[in-house]
Amino acid sequence: MKKKHSIMRSIAAAPHVFWSILFIILPLIIVVYYAFTDSEGSFSFENILSLADYAPIFALSLELSVIATFICLIIGYPMAYIIAKAKPERQKLYIMLLMLPMWTNLLIRTYSIMAILDDGGFLNSLLNTSLHIVGTKGAVIFGMVYDFLPYMVLPIYTCVSKIDKNMWEAASDLGCKPVQVMTRVILPLSTSGIISGVTMVLVPSISTFYISQKLGGGTFELIGDTIERQFVTGALNTGAAISLVMMILILISLSVMNRFTDSDEGGIIV
Amino acid sequence: MTKKSILAIIFAAVLVFSLFSCSDEGEDGGNNFNGKVVTLNVYNWGEYISDGFEGALDSNAAFEEYFNTTLAEKYGFRVEVNYTTYATNEDMYSKIKNGGGSFDVIVPSDYMIEKMINEDMLLEFNPEELPNFVNIDDAFKGEGAVYDPGNRHSVPYTYGMLGVIYNEALVDKEDYADGSWALLWNQKYKGKILQFNNPRDAFGSAMYFLNLDVNSNSLDVWTAARNKLAEQKPLVQGYVNDEIFNKMTTASAAVAPYFAGDFLIMASQNDDLSFYYPKEGTNYFVDAMCIPKTAKNPDIAKEYINFMLSEEAAVANALYVGYASPNKVVVESEDYREGMAELHEDWYEILYGVSPAEANVNYSYSPIYKSFTPEIQSHVNTLWESLKTENSTELWVHIASITIIVAVVALASYSVFIKKKRSRHYRMRDREIAKARAGLKK
Repeated sequence: MKKKHSIMRSIAAAPHVFWSILFIILPLIIVVYYAFTDSEGSFSFENILSLADYAPIFALSLELSVIATFICLIIGYPMAYIIAKAKPERQKLYIMLLMLPMWTNLLIRTYSIMAILDDGGFLNSLLNTSLHIVGTKGAVIFGMVYDFLPYMVLPIYTCVSKIDKNMWEAASDLGCKPVQVMTRVILPLSTSGIISGVTMVLVPSISTFYISQKLGGGTFELIGDTIERQFVTGALNTGAAISLVMMILILISLSVMNRFTDSDEGGIIV
Repeated sequence: MTKKSILAIIFAAVLVFSLFSCSDEGEDGGNNFNGKVVTLNVYNWGEYISDGFEGALDSNAAFEEYFNTTLAEKYGFRVEVNYTTYATNEDMYSKIKNGGGSFDVIVPSDYMIEKMINEDMLLEFNPEELPNFVNIDDAFKGEGAVYDPGNRHSVPYTYGMLGVIYNEALVDKEDYADGSWALLWNQKYKGKILQFNNPRDAFGSAMYFLNLDVNSNSLDVWTAARNKLAEQKPLVQGYVNDEIFNKMTTASAAVAPYFAGDFLIMASQNDDLSFYYPKEGTNYFVDAMCIPKTAKNPDIAKEYINFMLSEEAAVANALYVGYASPNKVVVESEDYREGMAELHEDWYEILYGVSPAEANVNYSYSPIYKSFTPEIQSHVNTLWESLKTENSTELWVHIASITIIVAVVALASYSVFIKKKRSRHYRMRDREIAKARAGLKK
């Protein structure tokens, strides 16, 4: 009986295993293979060593996405909190409104922002000004915030709405002022939501290439643009090496962040 | 059996039957020829063939009709065109090279044709076999096809030249009057100049300007072009590709390099736009129809190419695409002349008034791009990156991001510190309680 169960289980898991191998493990192996070979296919460290040239691009990508993530957090946390505290039927409406822009393709949204903010675009003709917005770092950060904000709000909302309402009363009864309730109870309890929100905004903004191409006006490059161009021009090996280093960097930062969540949850119990 | 599984079986049965009935339909129509239908796989650029929009000819459907009514008997089967598109030569190349699909007709650009010939990927054939090949202008035949001398692998489909588009309302006459690449380097139009966001065309503009060989194998030549682009960078509003359409028609930018055929479309949306071929020389490209070696139906592919050279199809395609046509019949066609005149009154001057040879009299090298060696390719990539990273960071970005990182790290370590302190406090308290209990027991 038990054995039959495990056979059933492995049959049920087979498609997932197959999927993971075909679309996750295998591509990873291919990336690693290309990263460590030269264009003739023989083993080489040259791609990895040449990455030092890309350090400024890595740094700029990281900087812009850190700023964008921070802005998302500042805007997203209160938003998530307000939604979570609203009446249940209102909550559905708010969430739908938040998701509504995401029903439109990201590329189209970004292109529209470009058309609106452009030098001769909608905004400038409406205000009759000549603001130069597209082509600046600010425009790219704006694009990242606009495109990825829902990814920050949703996990925080889920987390905050799960917090027992009695917590607030209990904290007030024990003498906390509203601000203290927020900083000592609600905020620590929603850390896991914040961490996953930050992850979900930071990772796509570091590796974005479309937003920076359209809103950055192409005068500077983010690492996503660099990777894209390597592959388009057929420099597969360098492209693979950059992708590999990207993955490792993201993995490291995620594991660091996850350590904070664990210890934080431990802290809440105490 | 549960209800669900019965439903599932019914669904599966319906699906299987619908599959069969589909193929039945295909066979019914062709009962004259034992129902045999052959699929011709055509792989072309996006927006590169007349698709029947607004009553124009649908070239692919027209070919099917032509073939199935006049040639089906000869070949013994009917044909169905499976038309797919690509966005870059490189996409198409890698798909065919890696066996990502079998295609019968493809339309690569000159340098890609050369590369594919060198790699033995294209079928060799005699274009004179195609009755309509006589329609092709002699300038594109024989030695005229520098990428494929004698047209042994390719039949020209479109051609075009790179020029400078400018907005008459925003650019002073004395600056564009001499028709030079220098307009793209003019300090006066700082922040109003666009440049290509791909290394080949961007470097190209600098190299034609400096009279350098666009196919040079010398690293120094490319470095010189890069320095010229670096000189231009502070003036550039953006490095863009297809956004040029939007930015030029809305007058967000005043000057941009782009292709003549695309200029006609932009000009039909904004009357202020004008165009010239730079006097120093400029890029000239040919896109031509080829048959890959892996093609399953090379004979049908030749019929298809021949049909696209016919007046009916060639005129419709040339009107739709907007680039110059190497087909003599097209330029003489009344329909074509009328259609183009609706786009721009000087369409003829712009597309055909200057031949590639005339436009490049002052240029010392071949204006056609050839494929890069891997060494040059990687050098150009590196130069392009160095151009993009030059002066690309601003102080406030550093300050803001470093402040955030420092704040987050400080907050995190503070909370870790507080927790450690708290847990030490509790541990000590526990120990004291345990001690007290032990004392009580005694």
